[in-house]
Amino acid sequence: MAGQTDQLIKPGSGRGLLDVYADRFLLKLLVRKEIKVRYRGSVLGLLWSYVKPLVQFLIYFVALGVFLDLQRGTPNYAIYLFAGIVLVNFFTESLSNATRSIVDNRDLIRKIYLPRELFPVATVWVSAAHFFPQLLVLIGACLVVGWTPSIVQLAAVVLIFLMVAVLATGLGLLFGAMNVYFRDSENIVDMIVMVVTWASPVLYVWSMVERAMGPWFWIYQLNPMTVAVEVFHWAFWEPTLKAEQSVADAMPPELLTVWLPVSALITLAVLFLGQLTFRRLAVHFAQEL
Amino acid sequence: MTSHGQVAILCTDLRKQFVLRHTRSLKEALVWLVKGRKGDLSKKFLALKDVSLEVKQGETVALLGLNGSGKSTLLKLISGVLQPDGGTVLTRGRVAGLIEVGAGFHHDLSGRDNVYLNGAILGMTEQQIDEKFDAIVEFSEIGEFIDTEVKFYSSGMYLRLAFSIAVHTDPEVFLIDEILAVGDEPFQRKCIAKIKELADKGKTLFVVSHDLDLVATVCERGVLLEHGEVVMDGDVDAVVSELRRRSLSET
Repeated sequence: MAGQTDQLIKPGSGRGLLDVYADRFLLKLLVRKEIKVRYRGSVLGLLWSYVKPLVQFLIYFVALGVFLDLQRGTPNYAIYLFAGIVLVNFFTESLSNATRSIVDNRDLIRKIYLPRELFPVATVWVSAAHFFPQLLVLIGACLVVGWTPSIVQLAAVVLIFLMVAVLATGLGLLFGAMNVYFRDSENIVDMIVMVVTWASPVLYVWSMVERAMGPWFWIYQLNPMTVAVEVFHWAFWEPTLKAEQSVADAMPPELLTVWLPVSALITLAVLFLGQLTFRRLAVHFAQEL
Repeated sequence: MTSHGQVAILCTDLRKQFVLRHTRSLKEALVWLVKGRKGDLSKKFLALKDVSLEVKQGETVALLGLNGSGKSTLLKLISGVLQPDGGTVLTRGRVAGLIEVGAGFHHDLSGRDNVYLNGAILGMTEQQIDEKFDAIVEFSEIGEFIDTEVKFYSSGMYLRLAFSIAVHTDPEVFLIDEILAVGDEPFQRKCIAKIKELADKGKTLFVVSHDLDLVATVCERGVLLEHGEVVMDGDVDAVVSELRRRSLSET
């Protein structure tokens, strides 16, 4: 955007996510503001982003692990559970905040032109800032029970983090833009958030789904979040299993060779679709808000 | 200030139409689609009708008109917040608005954080803000309160800081919408002096204000809008007296 003083340009015509990259400084400030403001006036402050997932974890662990006795068939069920919860929380928090981000920032959008993609992208970064401490807790817990990951597994963690961030950004752009026109969008997202925890093998094991779905299991696997959670299990939970504990079918077949690339492609398609829709709708944000 | 440079703002046949939407739920929109798009979902309102305008670099232009004549709409089209429904707007160089100062402020952040956030929102880089930070604080007369959260500021302090950031953003084209009524009289004088200083430096100013006397001292050229159309364009004093004549005859 800089150095074009000698050219006549059309105001308010951006290049979408590329402009967000060009405006990294503003993005950084927006993220920092959001983190500072989120827990303002609360005693525990940022600790809340540990307390909430911890309580959630305990509820699931007691109800499903102990009462329904899922921990019998799944050794180190606590690790299994927490790895999934942490990842799904990152996704759901990003998506629901990104969906509200445009409407929440209406005062700014109505008055000053900015690349509007900044707002959903910033919320995903904020969620990432809450995700990392939880990830550290997870790693700590894994190390306690004897975690020995390979380099490939560590690389997979990074890849999955990026994939979930991109997926949340893409969906956030889509629903965030739609939310300006139809506030129903928030409710649709609330529903997606509710479903996602149960539509991925966070609380149960994938083989239970395969038994129920039979030849239709591939539909279940088309959900990128399902694959993301399974890869997280492969990276965090599976390397903590001892020889006598190891489960025969810890991972679905062809997880890394087929499903991971398929999910990555779906994720990129979602991002593309989200950006396309966002650009179409963003033209009239200022007057519709 | 007689030799003006290249074109800074070029508007050709600008048309802007607002939809006064009645519905805001998916259900109503679906029902409307299913019924074969019968009837109009919304009422339309034409805010600007074929406005053409050319502003040269270094010109100081006052945009005048009664309420609802389309002044703010035109300003928003130039800043890029709104997109035209017809015609084109072109601008040269960085355009920044002193439009509703403080729009980017957050009450729970300190003055210092807000200077950075608002500066970046108005298009400044990190180095530019670092360089001008002291000047911004000094101009705003906030002093030691710069590290206090903005919510504890008096409304005067708040506006002074916001205005101070805005005038230090240093764009080529300044859009100013009704913000000259900032703070008490000494500060107001300071603001006007600052704006005149910008004009003398060869910045393009595009001012919307209802304070006609003030506008006449800051600007050279006047453009009169009425019901979304340019009805007069010329020397600011002539345009101001024409507006006064028209508003008298309307009452």
